Amino acid sequence: MNGPFDAGRRAADALSRRGFLITLSAAGATMGFASADAAQAAGAPAGFEPTIWYSVGRDGSVTVNIIRAELGQHVGTGVARILADELEADWSKVHIKTVDSHAKWGLMVTGGSWSMWQSFPIYSQAGAAGRTVLVEEGARLLGVKPADCVAKNGAVHAGKASISYGDIVAKGNVARSFTAEQLANMPVKKAADRKLIGKPARARDIPGKVDGKGVYGLDVVIPGMVYGRPKLPPTRNDSSVVAIDDSAAKAVPGYLKSVKLDDPSGQVPGWVVVLGESFVAANRAADLVKVTWKTGDATKVSEADLQKRSAELIADPKAGGLAVEDPGVDAAFAGAARTIEATYTTSTALHFQMEPVNCVALEKDGVFEIHTGNQWQSLVLPWLAKALGTTEDKVVIKNYLLGGGFGRRLNGDYCVGAALAAKAVGKPVKLVLTRPDDVRFDSPRSPSVQKVRMGFGPGGKVVAMEHVAAAGWPTLAMAPFFMPKGANGVAYDPFSINGADHWYSVGAQRVRAVNNDLANATFRPGWLRSVGPGWVNWALESFMDEAAHAAGEDALAFRLKLLDGAGRNAGSGPTAVGGAHRQAAVLKRVAEKAGWGKPLPKGVGLGLATTFGQERDMPTWMACAARVKVDPATGKVKVEKLDLVVDCGTVVNPDGALSQMQGASLWGLSLALFEGTEFKDGQVKDTNLDTYKPLRIADTPELAIEFMPSTEPPVGLGEPATTVVAPAIGNAIFNATGGRVRDLPIRPAAVLKAMKA
Amino acid sequence: MATFKLNGRQVTTHGPDDAPLLWAIRDDIGLKGTKFGCGIGQCGACTVHVDGRPVRSCLTPTAAVAGKSITTIEGLDPAGVHPLQQAWVEVQVPQCGYCQSGQIMQAAALLKQKPNPTDADIDAAMNGNLCRCMAYVRIRQAIKLAAANAAKRGAKTEGAKA
Repeated sequence: MNGPFDAGRRAADALSRRGFLITLSAAGATMGFASADAAQAAGAPAGFEPTIWYSVGRDGSVTVNIIRAELGQHVGTGVARILADELEADWSKVHIKTVDSHAKWGLMVTGGSWSMWQSFPIYSQAGAAGRTVLVEEGARLLGVKPADCVAKNGAVHAGKASISYGDIVAKGNVARSFTAEQLANMPVKKAADRKLIGKPARARDIPGKVDGKGVYGLDVVIPGMVYGRPKLPPTRNDSSVVAIDDSAAKAVPGYLKSVKLDDPSGQVPGWVVVLGESFVAANRAADLVKVTWKTGDATKVSEADLQKRSAELIADPKAGGLAVEDPGVDAAFAGAARTIEATYTTSTALHFQMEPVNCVALEKDGVFEIHTGNQWQSLVLPWLAKALGTTEDKVVIKNYLLGGGFGRRLNGDYCVGAALAAKAVGKPVKLVLTRPDDVRFDSPRSPSVQKVRMGFGPGGKVVAMEHVAAAGWPTLAMAPFFMPKGANGVAYDPFSINGADHWYSVGAQRVRAVNNDLANATFRPGWLRSVGPGWVNWALESFMDEAAHAAGEDALAFRLKLLDGAGRNAGSGPTAVGGAHRQAAVLKRVAEKAGWGKPLPKGVGLGLATTFGQERDMPTWMACAARVKVDPATGKVKVEKLDLVVDCGTVVNPDGALSQMQGASLWGLSLALFEGTEFKDGQVKDTNLDTYKPLRIADTPELAIEFMPSTEPPVGLGEPATTVVAPAIGNAIFNATGGRVRDLPIRPAAVLKAMKA
Repeated sequence: MATFKLNGRQVTTHGPDDAPLLWAIRDDIGLKGTKFGCGIGQCGACTVHVDGRPVRSCLTPTAAVAGKSITTIEGLDPAGVHPLQQAWVEVQVPQCGYCQSGQIMQAAALLKQKPNPTDADIDAAMNGNLCRCMAYVRIRQAIKLAAANAAKRGAKTEGAKA
């Protein structure tokens, strides 16, 4: 099968192929992965600096370097506890350090729900390697055999004698090197022996988030900086500046000048930055600066145009990349006793992270410093280098707390704008987008159209399935090197189709991913929390209910029958072990918890949905039961309760995991009932909270979330719960009213219409 | 230019009178705990207290607070251990944390008015504060915990007096 392109695993593999070095410095021991070259040069000379992942100081402090952005997932705490557990470190002496960008860290990205999944094997082995050496050296210093020692709480113990890690580093010689093979064979602790993983912990980033002291990108102050607000062009891709008239702005006290950005990287075409001595000055001046742009056809495009284009492309069987293409799909459909088909849509949706994007850029001694909050440093660094006419080693990104990411800050266009403005004026520039600026040039979730078909053979057996999804593709717009080729040789965006390659056994299967070229031309599609699985599962899991209904079967029983774990759906290790059986287990459990099959009051319905989260190779087994009440007069839907059951393998940081499940499931609810916008004249219609209405506290339902006990490797949790809620709500509406809704967001008028249909 | 009390200290701002208080606090005075979210008073991230009442500082002209007393998240408690801040840590409320200064300031005003708020009170007082991470379940939980803890402390203090 043509599985999804597994960028996450490739990144993790690149790290695990490296050797491991422990070196000494005046401060202590540094422990980290070396590049392949460095590993070959093991026993390297003093002064050699390997890629550093953590260090143990002479005072016993352990400093863990974190390459991930902190955007609410408490990632530093989670990753550090993986390491500290294997190292047998004293948690109170563990420090978390968010590092600046550097080539030595490899791929720097915080997205895809990959952080814990990728970090777990690497940091486990790194911790085990460090512990092994500290035990050896501790034993030597204590005059005993390593076999008679145990490492515990930051010290090596032998009977009543013990020596702290700090003393071992200070007095002994822990310099060692391990090959990649040795590292891979490094014994890690049994799950039962874990002391930190799976145990309650308080997140280290939280105190600074309740007393106003945490520093976000917007809080950065650099001496001598000026402020800038962009004048954003009418369209994302096809605008160029014709003239700038700042005569009216000159009356604003503190106004400095307006700069047309000259951008060889092509990330910010048509941007003008209005500079002032304060943000207030820059902001007010920007309102008065008049820019004339030349634009292309994107200003004419509406949401309806975008959806029409998707429908046209879906109708063309040659369009798009084949993510799954089993032999004999067409024959299976041709021979089917019965075929059902349905079309689903989703509207444009906004990230609306609370902190508008912003960045401080400056040049110092030939190096550009980028002070910001960003999720994908490795993506924006080449953009910056190209924009600035320099090399990547002359640009460094210093990351701060992110006031929300949700995928918006994977796109670092705002860093390019700040850097070009700083270069143009020769001083530090703090670029701040206002909320409407931020929203207008959000890289929103593209609208989508999907067509799903299923063929039934004799006896109602499912013999064929086809899923076609058309949308604007973020990966094509910003990271085309991440796109694999389909079975037909056509490259596709895996993040825009993941989910359709599901774990149900449905006979001959085809999954086709289609790019909406008009969408990519009109705006910059973005990766929005859960990306494709957010719309793919809306179609798939609504359709599974429709299929069950058409087959005259119970929606739970129908799914369980198809989640049989046969063939490729058996799953394989390490992370997908158990396959469809694990998905069936969470579904069964959620149905039981929610009281599936029990009578409900009139107008109330329970709906089920199940997904595997983000990627087939990193399945987060997820199931949801939504209980809704529908007002028959208005069609208004009230979600009374969401039950969720998840199997994410080992839970590293239980409270952080719960928090991600809570937030992601409410995102799913918000996207299903409260959000959604549309393109009008080439721009999103809603640019602030007066008309864009994400979920608030008063509409938050009861949440009941359960984790399946597991000692399998951890997978991701930041996004998966987002994928399962909307279809559960749609199915609940059907069960409450008999009306089927197929468009997201679900509006009361559509519910009323469906009820009458 | 406006002179007012900020967290108990007399301060004078130098920006235009009609500049939003938010930017005077953040960029003129340099206290960054109060956040910029929407600029139209609908997200609550910029909430501060003006003479004890919760106010959206992004919409408040600086001159309008001349002579008044402003409290920001930095001044809510001298040691940063207001019962709500403690409850926020206990319940591990924040995710990204960006809205939490505003949430806490809004909740502090609520508890002053209603030391033992009902769910409906919490809905009414807190619905104007957007949490994009949607930590709403925990925000509610933490407000109730802070209220309960304050009641316990109050009872103890009463006991000590008696």
